[in-house]
This record gives sequence, structure tokens and C-alpha cells, in this order.
Amino acid sequence: MGSFAMPSLGADMEAGTLVEWLVKPGDEVHRGDVIAVVETQKGAIEIECFEDGKVFELQADLGATLPVGAPLALILGPGETEPESKEPEAPAVAAKPEAVPAPATAGNPEAAPGHFVPDKPEATPRPAVAGEAKAAPGPAVAAPLPGGATAASPAARVRARELGIDLATVTGSGPAGAVLLTDLEVRNTAAARAQTASPMVDMRKAIAAAMARSKQTIPHFYLSETIDVQPALAWMDARNADRAPSDRLLLGALFVRATALAAAKVPSVNGQFVDGSLRPSERVNAGVAVALRGGGLVAPALIDAGAMSVDETMAGMRDLVFRARAGRLRSSEMTEGTITISSHGETGAEAMAGVIFPPQVALVGLGAPKLRPWVVDGAVAPRTVVTLTLSVDHRASDGRQAARFIAEFQSHIASPETL
Amino acid sequence: MTKQDIRTAFIEELVAIAPDIDPATLGENDHLQDDLELDSMDVLNLVTALHRRLNVDIPETDYPQIATLARAVSYLTARVA
Repeated sequence: MGSFAMPSLGADMEAGTLVEWLVKPGDEVHRGDVIAVVETQKGAIEIECFEDGKVFELQADLGATLPVGAPLALILGPGETEPESKEPEAPAVAAKPEAVPAPATAGNPEAAPGHFVPDKPEATPRPAVAGEAKAAPGPAVAAPLPGGATAASPAARVRARELGIDLATVTGSGPAGAVLLTDLEVRNTAAARAQTASPMVDMRKAIAAAMARSKQTIPHFYLSETIDVQPALAWMDARNADRAPSDRLLLGALFVRATALAAAKVPSVNGQFVDGSLRPSERVNAGVAVALRGGGLVAPALIDAGAMSVDETMAGMRDLVFRARAGRLRSSEMTEGTITISSHGETGAEAMAGVIFPPQVALVGLGAPKLRPWVVDGAVAPRTVVTLTLSVDHRASDGRQAARFIAEFQSHIASPETL
Repeated sequence: MTKQDIRTAFIEELVAIAPDIDPATLGENDHLQDDLELDSMDVLNLVTALHRRLNVDIPETDYPQIATLARAVSYLTARVA
């Protein structure tokens, strides 16, 4: 049995807000299934399950902002039975409207192995989990209320008070029109969006935290090489000429593919630095820095880019960019990157020494292509060149490995048919 | 398809890719990359969308001809005709 907890979706993440459940108790889940959506400073992230099993209980409320490690759900492994303390026939549970999932409860030890304690336990009306029925004196949800008050679930009542929402103004979707927590969250989310309207502030905070941590803890060093990309461009242009726009390649896809091939050859730049040592990765999960319109950026990983063709790499990048901007990235993409590529695209400066995205150990910074005088076969000729700057964590590797990575990258760009 | 239809199609597809662009303030000569900050992936997505919608294939060598609203409308009008 596993307690499914609020995952850390980046070095900078402290908490997330649960905005959607995609499973309910009784559902079968498999490793990799998206089971919930969590709003973070970097947008909404689809949370994937990391084990097979059956959802036994949802332990967090929609709209709740929970710290990393807080329990979200209890998932039974194959063959496991329900914990004894849970008695589904307990009256308090039976009376619980389905639309009000149990919030994380401090008094529910087997569900809280991380000893997570909500900020204000006394302010959270706990639909009784068995064994604490005394904590749930809640009246029947749709029962008439004194003074002609609006019918509402206990959880909704408390939340409405916290939010300063008059229950009489909310359309209830519960039994007999009772206002449920979800009704309030719909209203609150809309209101919060309109009020704060500053996701950029959160985004900048997230970037600030991750980058400050990177520069404070990772001893960076940098190696640069200016690479003639003319052969790669010619190869790509010829390939794109007779292709529909939806099948065309971009130079960025060639760079990601070259990175994946080079990283596979140089394990000391491909992995994560955890608990004082490098954990090299078998797979190359290529983080792709995506600039968001209006500012900010995210660097979701193209999972197992090492196993992709150049066309698959391009298709994967289009999908990542699309979902990054739509705010629908997956938790694995946020956490399992092993090396990041940050490319300036067609316009911009000629070189960039980037900041490593922790806990990764290297970042490939690519400047914009520039037309420069270049020596080709003993004569100076105008060529389109790109400057690659590899930022490396000196704890994980030395200049020699970094140079080897660059040589590998360069050889693939020089012979694009090998990509 | 009239010039106005093409203009509408271009603006709609552009805004689908960059929702923060306000059609009301979009200038005839605003440059997709220099002024509107589209990157190469955005431009490719715009070309893909126009291909789908207008059935006009825009080869890479012609990308400069759709770099502004004014240029794109005249280029696409000629290609659609």
C-alpha cells in the first residue's frame, strides 16, 4: 500500500494546489497514469502515478494548497486489502457526499507516514475517517438549517467563511441544492485568477529560487566551441523542401538529437546529482528550455530522447512546447530531466553560458546562428555558425569529459545523416 | 476567398499561437519575430495552420514573405488565387 504524496516538481517547489482529480476510489491505476492535476508556480502539472494498484481513498481536497510530501491518496498494491481501520459502513462516512473528498487528516496515522500536519487542523472539518467519528459531528448535509441558512456541506461552510463568500450566492450541486466544496472552488479559482492575475510573479519566484540554488550549490565551469552548422542546415533544408509544414524539422531538433547522442556517450554529464553524488542515467531525458510568451520559462524533459529518431525528436518537441504553453506538462517531464538544452533560436545573441537546472549536472547553451567568415578547406568563406557553451557541474565531471561531449555533438552536426 | 477572408484567417491563426496578441493593436508591419516575438517553432506552427486552413503550402524559403500582416496578406492572396 502506498501513500501517494504531493510530489516535488522541481528544486524550487514547496507546495502545490490540487485542482483536479482524474481518479476516484475503486479505480485501477497503472504506473504513468495521470491521476491528478496540481497547480504550481510553473503552471498546471499533470501528476502521474508511479505504481500499479487500486485507489482506496482520496485524501486531499480540491483547492487545497499542500506542501511537498503531503498525502494525496492511498493506493492499494496488487493483492493488498483495505486497511482494517477503514470501515466503509461507518455512518459518518456513508453520509459524506461524494463530491467532498476527505481532506488530509492529521488524525489518520496510516495515511500520513510523512507526519504531515495541516496548518490549521482545527479549521478543517474532517469527514470522518473511521476511528475518529467523534471528530465528525456533522449534520446531514441536506438537512434544513436554522435561521433559513443555505444548505451546505460542513467543509463548504468552513471554506466559504475562509474565502468570505456568502453561501446564499452560490449555486449548490449537492443533494437538495446543497453547496459543496467543489462549488466554492469553481467560484474561488475564477476569482483568484481575476484577482491576482500575476502568474508571472510566481513564475519569477520559481525561477529565482531554482537559479539561486543552482549558483549557490553547483560549482559551474564552462566550455565553448563555435560550430559550422552549414552542412546541417543544407541537409535540413533539402529534407524540408518537399515536406508538408507539419513534418518539417527545425535546427533546434537537430541540436536536441545531437545532445541526446553525445550525452549517451558521456555519462558524467547525463544524470542527476543527488545526496552528494552523481547518479548517471541510462536514458537521456533531454530537458528543452521553452520560453513562455509574456516571460518566464520551463524546461520539461523529452523522455528517452536517446531512443528517438530526429523526426520523433521534432514531434516530441512540438508536443512539449504546445503543452508547456497550454499549461499541461506531466510530473515526470518536470522531474526526470538528465541534461537541458537551451537554444536561442534564430535571433538573439551569439553565445550563452547558462545556469544548470538542478539536480542536473550539465546544460547545453546554444547561441543564435550567425553568418561569419570561416576557414573551409584552407580558404575563408562565409558560413553560418553556432556557438555551443556547455555548463558543467564540476562535482560531477571535469573538463576532459565536457570536451568529449562537445566533440561528439560537433561530429553529429557535421554529419547530420547520423542524427 | 477574398483578401479580407485571408486577413481574418491569418490573424486568427496568429492569435491561436500567441493568445496575448490583441488583433485590435496588431500593426500591418509588425514583424512576427522582431516585434511579436514569435520563435521558430511558433512560425512553423503558423505555417502549418495556414497550410491546413487555406491549403497553401509555404516553403521555408518564402517565410520572409509572411513575416508581417501586410506582406502575408498579399503573398497568401496571390497563392490562394
